[in-house]
Amino acid sequence: MLSEKIKNTINGIRSQFPTEQALLLPLLHEIQNEQGWVSRESMKDAAEFLNLPLSKVREVTSFYTMYKLEPQGKVDVQICTNISCWLNGADKLVSCASKKLGIHAGETTADGKFTLSQVECLAACGTAPAMMINEDYHENLTEDSLLKLLDQCKSDVNAGKTVGKSSRKDGVWP
Amino acid sequence: MKYNNEHFEEVITPNVDKAGCETLDFYLKNENGYKALEKALKMKPAEVVDEVKKSNLRGRGGAGFPTGMKWSFMPANPVDANGNPKPKYLVCNADEGEPGTFKDRLIFTKTPHRMIEGMIIAGHAIASNKGFIYIRGEWFLEARLMQKAIDDAYKAGYLGKNILGSGFDYDLVIYKGAGAYICGEETALLNSLEGKRGEPRLKPPFPAQVGAYGMPSCVNNVETFAAVPYIIDKGWEKYAKMGTERSGGTRLLGVSGHVNKPGVYELPMNLSLLEVIEVAGGVKGGKLKAVIPGGASAPMLTAAECGVLTDYDSLAKAGTMAGSGGVIVMNDTVNIVEATYTLLKFYEHESCGQCSQCREGSHWLARMFKRILDGGGTQDDLDYIAKICGNMAGQTICAFADAVTGPALSSVRKFRAEFDEMILKGGLKGVGREESISHKMVGAHV
Repeated sequence: MLSEKIKNTINGIRSQFPTEQALLLPLLHEIQNEQGWVSRESMKDAAEFLNLPLSKVREVTSFYTMYKLEPQGKVDVQICTNISCWLNGADKLVSCASKKLGIHAGETTADGKFTLSQVECLAACGTAPAMMINEDYHENLTEDSLLKLLDQCKSDVNAGKTVGKSSRKDGVWP
Repeated sequence: MKYNNEHFEEVITPNVDKAGCETLDFYLKNENGYKALEKALKMKPAEVVDEVKKSNLRGRGGAGFPTGMKWSFMPANPVDANGNPKPKYLVCNADEGEPGTFKDRLIFTKTPHRMIEGMIIAGHAIASNKGFIYIRGEWFLEARLMQKAIDDAYKAGYLGKNILGSGFDYDLVIYKGAGAYICGEETALLNSLEGKRGEPRLKPPFPAQVGAYGMPSCVNNVETFAAVPYIIDKGWEKYAKMGTERSGGTRLLGVSGHVNKPGVYELPMNLSLLEVIEVAGGVKGGKLKAVIPGGASAPMLTAAECGVLTDYDSLAKAGTMAGSGGVIVMNDTVNIVEATYTLLKFYEHESCGQCSQCREGSHWLARMFKRILDGGGTQDDLDYIAKICGNMAGQTICAFADAVTGPALSSVRKFRAEFDEMILKGGLKGVGREESISHKMVGAHV
């Protein structure tokens, strides 16, 4: 079931776009944000809400990397390993985070708190190496600053606080 | 005179280091904000297009297509099959994702009103009443900052109905992508904007005929729009004079990699790449080895070739491209086979998969480079790489396949000795290097 909040957000921007299908990306962003991933069930809900065939929804969720097709950790640590970050020591950051969290890139910790991933260029090459934790950018990283951030995230997530969404108003759509 | 160019001044970034520069208040007080819009609204649309044409502004997204000409392709009074008028759309491409490129993010966070003003002027020029700003999905903060700037512009009467009493209406709407490099290609972007997979479209029809939601559309880059207010305000001559004969104005170059002061620099185009590197504090950690001058897709240049000027035509003559202004500097500690593999696994991941040449080709290239790194490469591989590239470039729906061949071919051609050594000595281990952890984890990428 889609939450009333998501329905309201999407209904609120409906008049901005000429087609219903245009609302699919925003809707999936909101589902991803609220549930942490996009389940088969959510895809059916999305299709029903926008009156689209389910295939149209699955075409989209299978194409874009930001829609996660399985549950993710509460803290998604995404380290850029593309060229400028790679030249500036992204490798060290990946090993450091991997060691600290006890998982390889592409994996989620057993307690479901952390996911570690390598991502492609975040357009922060001038402040490389860079990464995202959930919605927030962190730049000019060192192993030290990375470890501190991970510690902070850990204590925040243990305390039940929202992590890595510092610019948020409400929901995802600006 | 600072850069041996008496006409040069900063068009987009004169104040980006000042506190509060992103606010409407600052833009109005210190940067003559929205005065160009006032002027443009008193001009006829065709006059605005003409002004931009004469300024020699070229698209800053990568292709370098003349902006005024692109605007002039928009049909004057499009109608549908029943003779009813069709809306026209203007689209801003803010899907900045070309590795090495980070200039548009600076505009978004530091001078968003300049881009908004540019879009409204462009809207007037092509007689469109609605614009979409397509922002890459990872930019949560940037999208919110842009939405705030748009809200402020509405409140101040620069957007909405009857702007500044001119009778011209204009609306701006933000749309967010969801993590796909290919959506920077303009027709893939249009599909994504329609809520579909970001797969490039066959052309023709071009977006000026069938664009967003089937309507005539014009897509321009963030930096392109941000240059427009200056051109209207100061006149085309001043802008054109700063540049070269065929490309006007300044360029925002994002210099990254092995330099002491990485960052975005607004520079005249009569500087050589070596001079640009000097501006960015010089090479760090070793001697200059190679430079990618225009984002990952631009063929790389050796240190000896870096005397080339950074305008579109000089770089094209040197066999590479100005692209999106991402200058990636590599020092002599870098192994070119490894660096190129870093790019090729990116392309392998980001190919949309529509065309088999690109889907298979980008995969094969990445695998062959990996095999060379792992010690299983042969001399024949190097010829085969060239052969695969020959079957990719120019054979597909969009320019992605050409982009893949940029780093693949140029690295083998220009740094052949390094490939030969690695093949001869049995890969990375043979040349005394360790495998990069990010190269190990194939499939761990998102």
